[in-house]
Amino acid sequence: MDWLYSEKVKDHFINPRNVLIDENSFDYDAKGVVGNIKCGDEMIFYIKVDKKKNIITDCRWKTYGCASAIASTSFLSERAKGMTLNDAYRISPKDIMTELGGLPEHKVHCSVLGDKALRAAINDYYERNNMADKIRKEEARTVCQCMNVTDHEIENAVLDGARTYLELQEKTKLGTVCGQCKEVAIRMMEQYKKEHFE
Amino acid sequence: MSKRRIYVDNNATTPLHPEVKKVMVESMDVFGNASSLHSFGRLARKHIEKARATVAGFIGAKPEEVIFVGSGSEGNNTILNIFTCKCPVCDATPDGGKEIFTSRIEHPCILRTSECLMERGTRVVFLDVDQYGKVAPEQIEENISDRTGLVSIMMANNEIGTIMDIKRIAEAAHEKGGFMHTDAVQAVGKIPVNVNDLDVDFLTLSAHKIYGPKGVGAIYVKKGVPFCPMIRGGHQEQGRRAGTENTLGIIGLAKAIEMASIEMGSDAERLLKLKTKLKEGIEKSIPDIHFNGHPVDCLPGTLDVSFAGAEGESILLYLDLEGIAVSTGSACASGSLDPSHVLLSIGLGAEMAHGSIRFSLGRENKEEDVEYVLEKLPPVIGRVRGMSTAYRGSK
Repeated sequence: MDWLYSEKVKDHFINPRNVLIDENSFDYDAKGVVGNIKCGDEMIFYIKVDKKKNIITDCRWKTYGCASAIASTSFLSERAKGMTLNDAYRISPKDIMTELGGLPEHKVHCSVLGDKALRAAINDYYERNNMADKIRKEEARTVCQCMNVTDHEIENAVLDGARTYLELQEKTKLGTVCGQCKEVAIRMMEQYKKEHFE
Repeated sequence: MSKRRIYVDNNATTPLHPEVKKVMVESMDVFGNASSLHSFGRLARKHIEKARATVAGFIGAKPEEVIFVGSGSEGNNTILNIFTCKCPVCDATPDGGKEIFTSRIEHPCILRTSECLMERGTRVVFLDVDQYGKVAPEQIEENISDRTGLVSIMMANNEIGTIMDIKRIAEAAHEKGGFMHTDAVQAVGKIPVNVNDLDVDFLTLSAHKIYGPKGVGAIYVKKGVPFCPMIRGGHQEQGRRAGTENTLGIIGLAKAIEMASIEMGSDAERLLKLKTKLKEGIEKSIPDIHFNGHPVDCLPGTLDVSFAGAEGESILLYLDLEGIAVSTGSACASGSLDPSHVLLSIGLGAEMAHGSIRFSLGRENKEEDVEYVLEKLPPVIGRVRGMSTAYRGSK
């Protein structure tokens, strides 16, 4: 019998890796919470960090979420281990989805939750360890939380010819999930247009 | 994956009744166009008119008051659209028919159509329901005016199974000269439905919810009430629904109705017993749950339950891996970010709405099926709750 999504998604859904069942059983250095039960999904990501190398040595997660949230976060949790905080912050949800064999468009929202929670956890780590300068920089950079699109990418898209919000979306995939970043993104786009072309 | 497969999603659709299947296979060669005058056409016509009499008889209508349509959704769309027709050639546009009353928990084919009618200038009142999903007839009595053209309230809700007091609502609708429609897609064939007892002017029914084929349904249109066809361009169905008749589907629908007239009573009794067993089993083995829908006035086979802290799509898919087929009111299963409008309307919080599972039992379900569900469900809920951010465990 065919399954709803890819075999890889199924495998991670049936046997999710690194799920935290008991919060007291994992000694974490930072955690990130995103989503909201009201919207039907919530995710917590916990990381343990090698303080000297800034490397994620271990991680756990928990979710009130659907199959694609479970599967993609399970996959992400395996990927994040051993990465530097910097690299882990830059994991692209698009790559995760591709490696999972694809998910339908309306499931993108759910599957990027893990990435968002991981980034929140990394920021939490920075905050707890007096590296607040890093957070502000990172936070200012990510405009579209869902698709992890930064201000640099918006700037590049404008330089690359994007003049309307639709064109910006086409180039960056920004705002294609929850759409909350639309206003900010348009403002930024206008600013870059002014900066570079007016 | 488990080899056992249990289908408890009969409100979504049903398998064909073996008798329906048999008669449809036998009728496979009745290909003539029922509008043709020759023997091929006449044979098809004979089948269709026999089917019409069967369907009409079952709901207490006259044959000429039954119009075959392509689905329950088409039937509902047709009826709502009558009341905003502005075209001078049809007999609709009843005086003052500029206002429609419906409820918040109708099927989307009523809700979306109503929204569309609003855009066209019709006033639509979406009535609230109580915690069990019932529309209070008083709400209509108090708010209805002579501008009200139509009151459209479903007879039984597809998600939670609640059965409405259609007779009283119809009375209220008629008080000021409005017409009454009930979407009885989930009711006909499951509980007694008689258009005279209910005193409705319009009613919609569908074949595939009662072990008939997909793509066919019927509407009851009381003699003398306004009508306006939605699909035009043919004299079929007394000019009320153009398009060559779906003979095979209509034959299947009539057979499903005929079987319901024989088996409905005993099926209902058996399904209620199975549902009670399922309900009590869930109550016993799983904490922090909430049953949705009316405790008594409910379709015999429908059981909707919310599991605190557990997301519905995950539950559905883990159950699917065990071979159990159910539905959920979770947003994640619908493609939107909102959970079921029905569950929100009865006052459930978002978490409980996202965590809802609908079991809808049908004629093929046996006691062993319920036992199998009761064996597989608790570990699935335990598992989903185990990884949930929203479940803190039972005290």
